[in-house]
Amino acid sequence: MTLDGNKHLLIPKHSKLNESDKKKLLEEYKINVFSLPKITSEDPAIVKFNAKVGDVIKIERDSKTAGTTSYYRVVVES
Amino acid sequence: MDRQVHKKVCNINFSLFSPKQIMDLAAAKVVTPELYDREGYSVDGGLMDIRLGVIDPGLRCKTCGQKLKECPGHFGYIELARPVIHIKFVRQVLDLLKSTCKYCGQVLIPENNISKFTDVFDKVGKEEGFEARRRKIKEVVNKFKTKEKCPHCEKKQEKIKIEKPYTYYESDLRLSPIEVRARLEKVPSEDLKIFGYVEGFRPEWMVLTVLQIPPVTMRPSITLESGERSEDDLTHKLGDIVRINQRLFENINAGAPEVIIEDLWDLLQYHVTTFFDNAVSQLPPARHRGGQVLKTLAARIKSKEGRLRHNLAGKRTDFSARTVISPDPFIDLNQVGVPLSMSMNLTVPERVTEWNKEYLLKFVKNGPKKYPGANYIIKPDGKRKSITEDTQEEILEELEEGYLVERHLLDGDVALFNRQPSLHRMSMMCHKVKVLPGKTFRLNPAVCNPYNADFDGDEMNLHIPQNDEARAEAKILMLVDTQIISPRYGLSVVGCIQDAITGNYLLTKELVLSRAEATDLLYNCGVTDLSPLPKKEKVDGSEVFSVLLPNDFSFIGKDKSGNDVKIVNGKLKSGYMDKSNLGQESGLMLRNIYEKYGPAYTAELLGKISKLGISVLARRGFSIGIGDMDLPLETQDEIRATVKKSEDEALKIIDEFYAGKLDALPGRSVAETLELNVLGALNKARNKSGDIAMKQVQNSAAITMARSGARGNPLNIAQMTAVVGQQALRGKRIESGFKNRTMSYFGNKDLSPKARGFVKNNFKSGLTPAEFFFGAMTGRDALMDTALRTPKSGYLYRRLSNALQDLKVEYDGTVRDASSRIVQFSYGEDGLDVSKTKNGVVDVKSVIQNVIGASK
Repeated sequence: MTLDGNKHLLIPKHSKLNESDKKKLLEEYKINVFSLPKITSEDPAIVKFNAKVGDVIKIERDSKTAGTTSYYRVVVES
Repeated sequence: MDRQVHKKVCNINFSLFSPKQIMDLAAAKVVTPELYDREGYSVDGGLMDIRLGVIDPGLRCKTCGQKLKECPGHFGYIELARPVIHIKFVRQVLDLLKSTCKYCGQVLIPENNISKFTDVFDKVGKEEGFEARRRKIKEVVNKFKTKEKCPHCEKKQEKIKIEKPYTYYESDLRLSPIEVRARLEKVPSEDLKIFGYVEGFRPEWMVLTVLQIPPVTMRPSITLESGERSEDDLTHKLGDIVRINQRLFENINAGAPEVIIEDLWDLLQYHVTTFFDNAVSQLPPARHRGGQVLKTLAARIKSKEGRLRHNLAGKRTDFSARTVISPDPFIDLNQVGVPLSMSMNLTVPERVTEWNKEYLLKFVKNGPKKYPGANYIIKPDGKRKSITEDTQEEILEELEEGYLVERHLLDGDVALFNRQPSLHRMSMMCHKVKVLPGKTFRLNPAVCNPYNADFDGDEMNLHIPQNDEARAEAKILMLVDTQIISPRYGLSVVGCIQDAITGNYLLTKELVLSRAEATDLLYNCGVTDLSPLPKKEKVDGSEVFSVLLPNDFSFIGKDKSGNDVKIVNGKLKSGYMDKSNLGQESGLMLRNIYEKYGPAYTAELLGKISKLGISVLARRGFSIGIGDMDLPLETQDEIRATVKKSEDEALKIIDEFYAGKLDALPGRSVAETLELNVLGALNKARNKSGDIAMKQVQNSAAITMARSGARGNPLNIAQMTAVVGQQALRGKRIESGFKNRTMSYFGNKDLSPKARGFVKNNFKSGLTPAEFFFGAMTGRDALMDTALRTPKSGYLYRRLSNALQDLKVEYDGTVRDASSRIVQFSYGEDGLDVSKTKNGVVDVKSVIQNVIGASK
């Protein structure tokens, strides 16, 4: 039996951006993927996506000051 | 202007000079230890050879033909009679000797594995640094060495050992540097890549055959008053090397016995070693005749006094001053009082023009000794002339447009004022100079908070910007006025303190002044327009205060005790002014004034309010005495009863505990439950009696200060008048310092309040010896705690601020680092600029009210 950390209340919601959303995001901030914060492909929160290097993960967090915020991380080799 | 070269440095290699490079670079070969001949000229081929650069004025360098200060100096070399190990590469040499074959010089890793391990080493080196790479190589080589045979030529390997600092042994046989060098020469260049050496590097260069001589310009001799020359430490050391080297040469040529040659060789090795580093742990440091340790190459670079930390990281600046600070509440918030003697040394350059010639001539006429004068003039060609009695006439004649006059500091000049540690942007602010008599810097006590300064001997630094650009930048970006609102929590960092708060509190609360007194007060704090003062014979304090407020200012808030403070159209209608509205880091009143009337107005108003408070107090008189701690008899009885009740309660709990009737709280043992309950009961005693004391005592000075928030809090009052309360160590009652008791005076296993640190007396009535000792215990604990915590948290903050120092909010609202990688997608997740909020909250209601006009 393995423990699914994603059900834990302290783990925020992770999701994988599709190509067009990813493009839009990079366009919005005028950056390439390497300017994003990183997450390893083996991170327990995202293994289920089978993400490839270069994919962008969206993280929706609860925030004390702003309600919810979105954060983006690029998948890197572990 | 010089032509600019647009090129980017993509990498830097560190390597060693080869013997050939050293010889090619050299301007001279040094062959004799003599420095000067009988006439005092430097000897050709000596250490002060003029081909190595010039240090005497008037002479020209034989190599480049330039004069002193133009010639950068040139390297020379010595040919060593026998090779010596370079002390700084002993470890690298040892690594190479250990991991290469004695006979064929190849790495002790089998051929087919080499490329695989090179990759591993490169990866480790890149991720964990050079040391980790070294360890990894050692590990791998050790693995293959167990066979004790070279995997290439199949010959048996011996064990290499090192005797510190620089002698190598191969199974108890000494390896001379010649042999070491021969070994290193055998190592094929391809194998060096495994160790991470740069291409083109040869390991045998780590065993010196020629020694580079630094130019004389980096070891200049000093001529003493007696005309004698005193040589630099490096020259001394080099002299030793050359001398021994010559003797070694002579002995070898004369065919001296091997023992003598060995001895001289060792001596040469010692001298060359100490030339590089005179603090090698196993070697006695080389000394002067007087016993003073020589400062050689490594000592010049290393440590706090070395080139890096002293000269490169620690720069010093002109036009700066430092002295003790003291308070002056009657200068403006953005002023700094500068001692007269300082203002005559700190200068501001001003250019002579058609319009200010007269004005500047006045300073030149006064000269450097009379204030306000001038110390120097600078001609348009950049030549600087000092103004003295002799040159004054001449300078007055020649001064014309285009000249610069370095005049003394005047009132209103721009200065930067700073107190270490500079953790803040508010730790360095721009002030306007006010020249004052005395020897200390004066600053308004209201700006102590951002600097975290007090006047128990603190010193501060002052810098005078020297050009218009710097002055403008300082004035616009760094002026105290512009720093009033903290970017950390969006409230004022400056505010009234102590007397200023007490004064305003008393004024708005209870004072009624005659009209004459009121005008005197207001005039004293800089108010000239007295028209807002009501035309009555007797004026209320709040009406006097209201004169300072702008006519169209309205504000509703709370004071410290929770009552409403209401200001309507510049009139204080209800509530008292206290810490929560005037104090630093609190209250919205100052914040609202800042928002509505801007930085300069706020600074001025705050200055006036502060002066008003202090003037009020000065006129009224304010003092505390032992009588302030007196309580009415009935109050004393009430407090005594409360304490007694709590004590009894605690004793009852203890009795229950001994009778075994005490029930344990969830997750606690019975003993823990006892402690918790007793502590709770006793703390209740102090809180209750504190409340009683605060309520009963009317209008003593101590209470006034505590109420207004100027100084002290209810707890302090309670401890002085009612009961000091339970002393706690690490959140518990004081536990046994002896066996089962806290002091020998108490009985065995005495758990009663008085035996475990409960102080039922107050500071006025006096403590019993036992109580006093308990107080000393907690006092010492608190002292230790702060002494240990301060440096720790300081270092913690330093690491944090260093890590975050170049993060920046970009125009698109993202937070990015220096290479514009995103750290946050919106600053602080909500994108708010805290300094534009009120205590971190955007007050939408007041924004709307400001736009559409206040709804009735």
